[in-house]
Amino acid sequence: MAKSRSMKDDRRRAMIWSYFFLCIFVVFFLTPPFYMLLTSFKSNAEIASATSPWWVHAPTLDNYIELLTTETYLTFFRNSAMVSVLVVAITMAISIPAAFALSRMKFWGSGTLATGVFLTYLIPETLLFIPLFQIFVWVTEFTGIELINRWYVLVILYPTLTVPFATWIMIGYFASIPKELDEAALIDGAGYLQILTRIFIPVALPGIIAATIFAFTVSWAQFLYPLAFTTSADQLVLPVGIITTLIRGDVFTWGQIMTGALLGAAPPLIIYAFLMDYYIAGLTAGATKG
Amino acid sequence: MAKVILRKVVKNYDDTPAVRGIDLEIADEEFVVLVGPSGCGKSTTLRMIAGLEDITAGDILIGEEVVNDVPPKDRDIAMVFQNYALYPHMTVYENMSFGLRLKKAPKAEIARRVENAARILDISELLERKPKQLSGGQRQRVAMGRAIVRDPKVFLFDEPLSNLDAKLRVQMRTEIKKVHQKVRTTTVYVTHDQVEAMTLADRVVVMNGGLIEQVGTPNDLYHFPATRFVAGFIGSPAMNFIPCKLEAAAGGLRVKLSEAIAFPVPANRVERYKAHLGAGKLLFGIRPEHLIEQRPHAEPDQHPFEVPLEVTEPMGMETLVHFLVEGTEVCGRVNPNAGALAGKPMKLVADLANMHLIDEASGRVL
Repeated sequence: MAKSRSMKDDRRRAMIWSYFFLCIFVVFFLTPPFYMLLTSFKSNAEIASATSPWWVHAPTLDNYIELLTTETYLTFFRNSAMVSVLVVAITMAISIPAAFALSRMKFWGSGTLATGVFLTYLIPETLLFIPLFQIFVWVTEFTGIELINRWYVLVILYPTLTVPFATWIMIGYFASIPKELDEAALIDGAGYLQILTRIFIPVALPGIIAATIFAFTVSWAQFLYPLAFTTSADQLVLPVGIITTLIRGDVFTWGQIMTGALLGAAPPLIIYAFLMDYYIAGLTAGATKG
Repeated sequence: MAKVILRKVVKNYDDTPAVRGIDLEIADEEFVVLVGPSGCGKSTTLRMIAGLEDITAGDILIGEEVVNDVPPKDRDIAMVFQNYALYPHMTVYENMSFGLRLKKAPKAEIARRVENAARILDISELLERKPKQLSGGQRQRVAMGRAIVRDPKVFLFDEPLSNLDAKLRVQMRTEIKKVHQKVRTTTVYVTHDQVEAMTLADRVVVMNGGLIEQVGTPNDLYHFPATRFVAGFIGSPAMNFIPCKLEAAAGGLRVKLSEAIAFPVPANRVERYKAHLGAGKLLFGIRPEHLIEQRPHAEPDQHPFEVPLEVTEPMGMETLVHFLVEGTEVCGRVNPNAGALAGKPMKLVADLANMHLIDEASGRVL
């Protein structure tokens, strides 16, 4: 009895500590968005005045109205959406077959290739953007195809970030699918393509969704590449658009900046909320024993 | 329906040999069990028949056709895996019909075959469930159903009962036997459990170290093992092996186990053993069930001896008695009412009609 009571106490103590740290974590990460939310309801005058920043004295929707009726902001939003959706599609189209090949088909150099894929992810974009810029300049010189300062240049650029990581995540997921499952399918008469589409993709759906979320987040939030490769207002995506158009010289329109950033953060949040259940659900349960 | 023939089949993983040249002919409708300790090459052999492993040398024939380079899907086989390998996102019906759907079989035909297989396996009411909603035994049935539905030339089973608990294993063993009696398809079954092998097989193939030790009916293997390995592998508790000397005695031969214990060789074996008089080291092999308590009426070739018991293990229907002969531990099986007591001497008889003499160097049973 004494022992079981002390185990109960141990468990209680562990719970209290985990809640304590979780609370710190929540406060730390939710304060900035909360501050943004407060500021987005304030007029410029109130933001500049010396009242408490943690309270909205004269709430107003002006910032929202102004942004959502401005053509440029909507353009940024549309560009961001186009880029992200296309990047997710391209990433998945490359990563899923790549991960399948690397995790299941043993060919010469497949192990090295898998590691290589991951290593490319470790090279930071700060190192890459100048050589990439140079490449696009050459492309323009030799083919006449103008890529710089076009929103779709980002559709070519972002997969260099998303494909390696998404492939890596999915290699892990595919590797966790028992080998017998593809062997059973092989005996049942499925080819590699059918094993991929009818067995692997449905079974590894949580992993694929994780990779999708990742690819979407990366392309939605990417800052350096659009800053370097796009300049005209009609070609900009949200993160860069907000800072280039809402900061005019040394005038910071904080209310609109906060509103724009907050609205910009909404799509990933909504996607997370919808896909979270899928993400967590262990679809592989019951595949084999246990 | 087809026979399966293996001719000098070899499998090397890089430079490590897994199967070192085996010949085996499996008749149509036969149930053959490959049995052996882990690493003996039995699973590799099965996977080579399935086409999941390339063969390094030799030929595999299914029916009349050499299938060395035929991919698994064109070999017309079905396989049941140890961990069932059910597709987790599909219902039982979809799992069982997957192969037929890939072949684009007509819908009505698929439904008929799935329902038929489900009836044989008694899983008709589970067809709409997902694998994770099934118990271990039910999953095992579905895995078998998936094989039956395809109506293949050969069934391959890779340790299908290893993941079940002991009671269910016995039940499913019977089930597999029943299924084979209904669906008389050539079957190759791999297990490391000799009881499973004995109970299921028409013929058992005992493998060891990538080679076949012996092929035979369960009774053949039990009564006439060809090697020490087979003698020790088949039967539980295992056969006793006691170092012995073969000596000439009045009117025949005798095996001497110790100063105190020597048994006369049965008259019908004298001719066979004579050549080995004075040969290298020999082992006297006898199963525990042939070392029993002394009874009022001795059968011919039963020879009494007395030993002090080390340990007794009452099992209910019998009691296992352990004793030492010249430092070798020996096990016997006596009637629970025979009064076996640890530390006390006991009168036992050896049933010499069932003795074996083994050449220790070659491991051959003489």
